[in-house]
Amino acid sequence: MDIKEKLIEKTLLVIALSSITILALITFFIFEEGLPLIWKVGPRAFILGNRWVPSQGSFGIFPMIVSSFWVTFGALLLGIPLGLACTIFLCELTPPSIGLFLRPAIHLLAAIPSVIYGFWGLVVLVPLVRNYLGGPGLSILSGSIILGFMILPTIISISEDSIKALPKTYKEGALALGATHWQTIWRVMIPAARSGIVASIILGMGRAIGETMAMIMILGNAVKMPSSFLDSARTLTTNIGIEMGYASGDHRHALFATAIVLFIIIMILNSAAILLSRRRGGG
Amino acid sequence: MRLPRRYLTQRIAKILIWMGALSTIGVMIMILFQVLREGIPALHPRFFLDSPRDMGREGGILSSIVGTAALTLLAVFVATPLGVGTAIFLREYTRESRISRIIRFGTDCLSGVPSIIFGLFGFVFFVIYLKMGWSILSGGLTVAAMILPTIISTTEEAIKGIPRSYREVSYSLGGNKWQTVTHAILPNALPGIFTGVILSVGRSIGETAAVILTAGSSLLMPTSLFSPTRTMSVHFYILAREGISMEMAYGTGAALILLVLLINTVANTLLNRYIRHRT
Repeated sequence: MDIKEKLIEKTLLVIALSSITILALITFFIFEEGLPLIWKVGPRAFILGNRWVPSQGSFGIFPMIVSSFWVTFGALLLGIPLGLACTIFLCELTPPSIGLFLRPAIHLLAAIPSVIYGFWGLVVLVPLVRNYLGGPGLSILSGSIILGFMILPTIISISEDSIKALPKTYKEGALALGATHWQTIWRVMIPAARSGIVASIILGMGRAIGETMAMIMILGNAVKMPSSFLDSARTLTTNIGIEMGYASGDHRHALFATAIVLFIIIMILNSAAILLSRRRGGG
Repeated sequence: MRLPRRYLTQRIAKILIWMGALSTIGVMIMILFQVLREGIPALHPRFFLDSPRDMGREGGILSSIVGTAALTLLAVFVATPLGVGTAIFLREYTRESRISRIIRFGTDCLSGVPSIIFGLFGFVFFVIYLKMGWSILSGGLTVAAMILPTIISTTEEAIKGIPRSYREVSYSLGGNKWQTVTHAILPNALPGIFTGVILSVGRSIGETAAVILTAGSSLLMPTSLFSPTRTMSVHFYILAREGISMEMAYGTGAALILLVLLINTVANTLLNRYIRHRT
């Protein structure tokens, strides 16, 4: 009987290690495929190079790194205020009738496939931008708007959790001191929940940088340094997504090398978010 | 009477927040409405029962539906035991320790890895290294890795909600740990686990970047796990991006949305019933 119990425990341990094993395999294979090319081109030339012409063997991804951050920045500009508004609305202001509607709506926002967002952006948003603001329409602006909505569920669900986890006494104390409901929310509850909120924003940022399919459909994919929000752009993810279909040899390795850069950025963001939410948990 | 300034601020802030929340709902309705309005007319029964012809310009999406279903089922069948096992280990077999911290860190990181990276990984590991080729098998295993964190976290939540007394009763009746898990913990965590599985099904169906690199984009009817396939999301993406047929793209998009809506409603209803049942 005891042996059986031990055996079960060991089996469960092995199963429990599966996620870390997958993470290790991903890291190993992405680096194994991409790293040799980074050394061949030179890390500096790869990361800071401006020319991406695979047929001539020049692999510089600096414009894509910059574009990725532009698109993400734009998405946060829209996603943070909207996300906070929805969070506060859900936690503090919802009349039950609308809350009943908004919460499933946000779940659904998370469930809509990214290709649908991309498609909607392509047929509705892109023409709007082209007609009213000029430029090709397939632009950083269009991409940012779509991404802003795509990261909402991440921002809302995590910051809502951290506000809900606050002791009731914070709110009661502030109200008892004569603060208005808004002052209580803005000066007491939001600051108290800030590490969770910041973690949610960082995770949203990770989602934005990592989004691929919707961005392929909306950004226009021009390989150049963006100079305005109305420019077409190519991000790290879309570079991989577009060219993986036909790349071979060094070209394919360069795409894996692009993925290494993306992976490192994502891991830094993830770790920051995890550390922040640990601190919220009080260690 | 003039309002004191702080009440004015409060009023403005609340109006802004209402606007933010309502516009979020508004945009979501616009997205759904646009695709459904254009797509629903294409959804006659033949659309679901015919296989695509002429690159998807004609016919229906039957082979895509079959491929999507096979890939999703495989992903869920692989990920569920792993995810539930992990959650049981974390909740019942270990306290906060170095090993549990490492596992949690791995899970959290995995859930943040972008799908295109899963796709690249699946491509080198399953398709090339393990010689599975572009197939339902490679795609399903890749997606299984993607949905694992969701299943772990929903199962953990479900187990967390089970009162201590259940375990104490089981132990006091002479049950050992495994009996406690199988007789007291799992049956009570089942609705929560099921919700996680349904959410993962939704995610598998909607996944594109990882699937296109691992399952391929063949329109032929899959005959085994080793057949390549083109799932509905990939089909939709190719139709729309290559401008093959807007009508078929809208139809496939509408079918996708309806499927996701259905899955989400089921998950939400279950979750609500479960929460009400618990409290």
